[in-house]
Formats: sequence, C-alpha cells, structure tokens
Amino acid sequence: MTLNDLVHQTGEWLKGTGPKGEIVISSRVRLARNLEGQPFPHWAAPLKRQEILKQVEAAVAGSSYLAGSLFIKWTGLTELDRLFLVERHLISRELAAGKNEKAAVIGDREIVALMVNEEDHLRLQVLQSGFNLREAWAVLNQVEAELETKLPYAFSPDWGYLTACPTNVGTGMRSSCMLHLPSLVMTKQINRVLHAITKLGLTARGLYGEGTEAAGNFFQISNQVSLGISEEEILDNLDRLVGQVIEQEEAARKALLSQSRQALEDRIWRAYGTLKSAHLITSSETVELLSLVRLGVDLGLITSLDRGRVNQLFIQIQPAHLQKLEGRALTPSERDARRAQLLRESL
Amino acid sequence: MTCDLCGSHEATVHLTEIIDDESRELHLCETCAREKGTGITQPFGLADLLAGLADFTTQQEAEGKPKPKCPSCGMTYEDFRKLGKLGCGECYETFHRFLGALLKRIHGSTQHVGKAPPAPPAAPAKKTTPARKAAAPSQKLADLKAKLKQAIEAEDFEEAASLRDKIRALEAKA
Repeated sequence: MTLNDLVHQTGEWLKGTGPKGEIVISSRVRLARNLEGQPFPHWAAPLKRQEILKQVEAAVAGSSYLAGSLFIKWTGLTELDRLFLVERHLISRELAAGKNEKAAVIGDREIVALMVNEEDHLRLQVLQSGFNLREAWAVLNQVEAELETKLPYAFSPDWGYLTACPTNVGTGMRSSCMLHLPSLVMTKQINRVLHAITKLGLTARGLYGEGTEAAGNFFQISNQVSLGISEEEILDNLDRLVGQVIEQEEAARKALLSQSRQALEDRIWRAYGTLKSAHLITSSETVELLSLVRLGVDLGLITSLDRGRVNQLFIQIQPAHLQKLEGRALTPSERDARRAQLLRESL
Repeated sequence: MTCDLCGSHEATVHLTEIIDDESRELHLCETCAREKGTGITQPFGLADLLAGLADFTTQQEAEGKPKPKCPSCGMTYEDFRKLGKLGCGECYETFHRFLGALLKRIHGSTQHVGKAPPAPPAAPAKKTTPARKAAAPSQKLADLKAKLKQAIEAEDFEEAASLRDKIRALEAKA
C-alpha cells in the first residue's frame, strides 16, 4: 500500500455501516503513550527523537495488528500529503505542521492509526464506523498491549501513563464520537444540548471551525478528564451521554417530519439541486448543503444515494483531496470548479 | 501627551511592543488604538492556563525551598511553567509537590485508576526506572506521607483524609 492508494479508498469508518450510523459518523478512541526513560518529543534533541522513531518503527514492523500498514516518515513528505492525512482524520494538524523525526502509521483499512513524536512519543487511535466505542477500545487495547512488549511505556502507579501535557496523564485516553445533528440545529435546541454536555465534564465542539461555529452540523463529543477514572468508566460516561444526544436528535427528526415535512423536503431538495448543478462551489457551501443531503438520505427522502458515498464526499471535497484526485496543485478557484465537477458526477 | 500615530488626539492608551527582543513604547489615542488593535494578538494558550493553575502552589512554596530541576532531562520548574509541558516521565517525580494541586484542579483526582503495564517479570536483572521504583511499598508510603503533609498545608482535608486511609491500609499490610 502507498499513500496514493488511499486517494481512491474509503476508510472503514466512513462507510456509514456502524450502529446508529444515521447520526453517529464515527467513534474514536486514542491513547497517549511515551517510552520509559526518554525525554518527551518537544524536549528531546533531534537525534533522540530519531532514535525513538527507529525504536517505534522496529516495534511496528513486528506487530501482528499493524502488518500491512503504511509507515509514513515526515522527511521528504510534501505539505500536500500531510494535509491529505489531516483531512482523512488520520493525523492531527499539530503533527502535520511538524518537521522531521515524525511519522504516521496507517492501518490498511484506516481503522488503526499511530502518530510518532507528536506531543507524545506515541498517539494511538482506532476509528470505527458509527456508535461503536467498545469495539474501538477492544481493538486499541490489543494494539497498545502488543506494542508494549517491545516498547516499555513511562508509567507511575500514582499518575498512570505519563504524558508531556498533564491534561492527558492517567489513562492517556481521549474518546470521542462524531455526530451529525442537523435537526437539533434546525429546531434551535443544540445550544441547550451542548451546554448540558459541558456541565457533565465532557466537551462538545463543532467538527469544522472553532468555537460555537459548526459547519455541516457536525459535533464532536469527547471526555476531558483522564486521571482518577478508568478506561471503562470514561467509555461508559460517553456511551450514556451520546446515547441520550442520539435520542434527542431522533426526536427532533420525527418532530420535523410530522410538523414541517414540506419545508424540510424543500430545503433538502434545493440543497441537492444546487450541489448537482453548481459549476463553482466553495467547501463551506458544500459542507452546509451536503449536510442537508445527508439528512435527506438518512430520512429516506433521497433514495438514489447511500450514506457511505455522502460521507466519502465530505472528505473528498477538501482541498488536499481534490488536488490528489487531480494529480496536481490547484488554485482556490480551480478547486471550486473541480469540487463542483466531483459533486455533479457523484450525485 | 498626544497620539504617536495621528498626532492630534490625546493619548490614552499606552502600549509596549516587543519585536525581535526590542521594545518600544507607543502612546495612542482611542481611535488609533482601536485600529491598531486589530493587529494585536494576545498569546494565551494552554501553557498560560496551566501556569495560572499551578501558580497557587508556587506562592506557597515561595518561602524557602529551592526550585527543583529534573535530574534526568534538565527541565526546570520555570521551563514547565513557560511551556505547560513536562520534559520526561521523571519530571512527574521532580515536580511532584507542584503537580499534585495542578492535577487535582484539572482532573479532580491525583490517583490513577485503570489500565497498568503488566507486572515486570520476576527476574531481578531487569532495570527499574525511578517511576516504577515508586511502587515499592516503603517508597510509596513515604510518598503518601509527603503528600499528606502537603494536603494538610493546603488545607485540602478531603484529599488528606483519603491519603490517611491509604497510608493506614499500606501500614496494615506491612
């Protein structure tokens, strides 16, 4: 597998096949780990980071879970390729911005991904389709344990797994679900729901953009606390809370269908019409309209499209993806044209 | 004093700009300050927030004890305050007395529960690190006692009570 093979591949988590896939796009669990006795990446000399990178590379090569994965080193990697990986939710912007002695490991189905020398020596993540935190954790727990046989982690009985930033110490776990909540936004209930979530010690934020702006009605709900709470408890809290948000969105969808079906259908089909006929379209307009189309698919109003394809479009309409599809660099206006073409061909 | 930019209005805003280690003072009227203000950014990130949280303890400690420096990676407490990140695993031991209150504020707890590495093999040849050594009962007891003292000083009696119980349990085992 090469990086370019990913361009035409759909990550497993995007397929829309997981539980509650009509509302929950994906479930993600990540663990932060550092190697025992080594300085953390930000404080380590380049040679040290190089040494750590080599150690991780050897451990990955011997891992049965990571057989067939892609080990991508930062040296010589273009900025476009890095952005491409960010757009696919496989690495963070922080890793993408970094220079040498960094790497990413991408599992063949894009379920497992590792970042090397990001804020911590290792950031391991598992992404699953739909509302499926338990399975994500089960896989991650095994990958982590297998790597540990080769890479002893920095650990203290009092403070758990030691991380560069004290906000991650303990379990080193951050779990999240990405939800599509268009009906809670339309019925103006979203702020009430988000507010309640933050009161319970979890974080809710828009997927695209900062602060309260949430393009495409995508929200990510995650745990904050990682010390003094076990992995199971973290997942349990998130499971229950996300379950309740799903119920709220389902109720809002039902209410919209029964009380203003015509207006809703009008909005959805107009969105579809624009996407199907535009010749120049920005990514922010696309995300807004595609969100309505996705709702149309999930409500059974649009039957000619499947959810997996719509999910994939959210990824493919981003700048680096368009340029990888086209095989060359595109200016912003060229991208708007290429994006519109992709949408016309796909819808 | 009149505004440095327009030269006509009274300067009411006084700025110190530091660019490439050179500082210069600017005296501006409100209108010019507002215009200039669009270019002013206040760097305020996680490091600042963490430093603010940790400050509480540094004041308490200000009375005497020297600021520690990590023997393993050389990070000083000042470095940690500036960066908001620790230098290595051993820093957690080095800055022990500052971190307790900070972690309590961030996580509401100072005791890990959950997954732990498998117990090291019985072979004595295996090198143990300072972090792991803390698991030895006598060391752990000493740590707990130090924390108890700290909790009492900070008047965190809830934490102190829980530490006292842990110490009793450990002593009973021994």
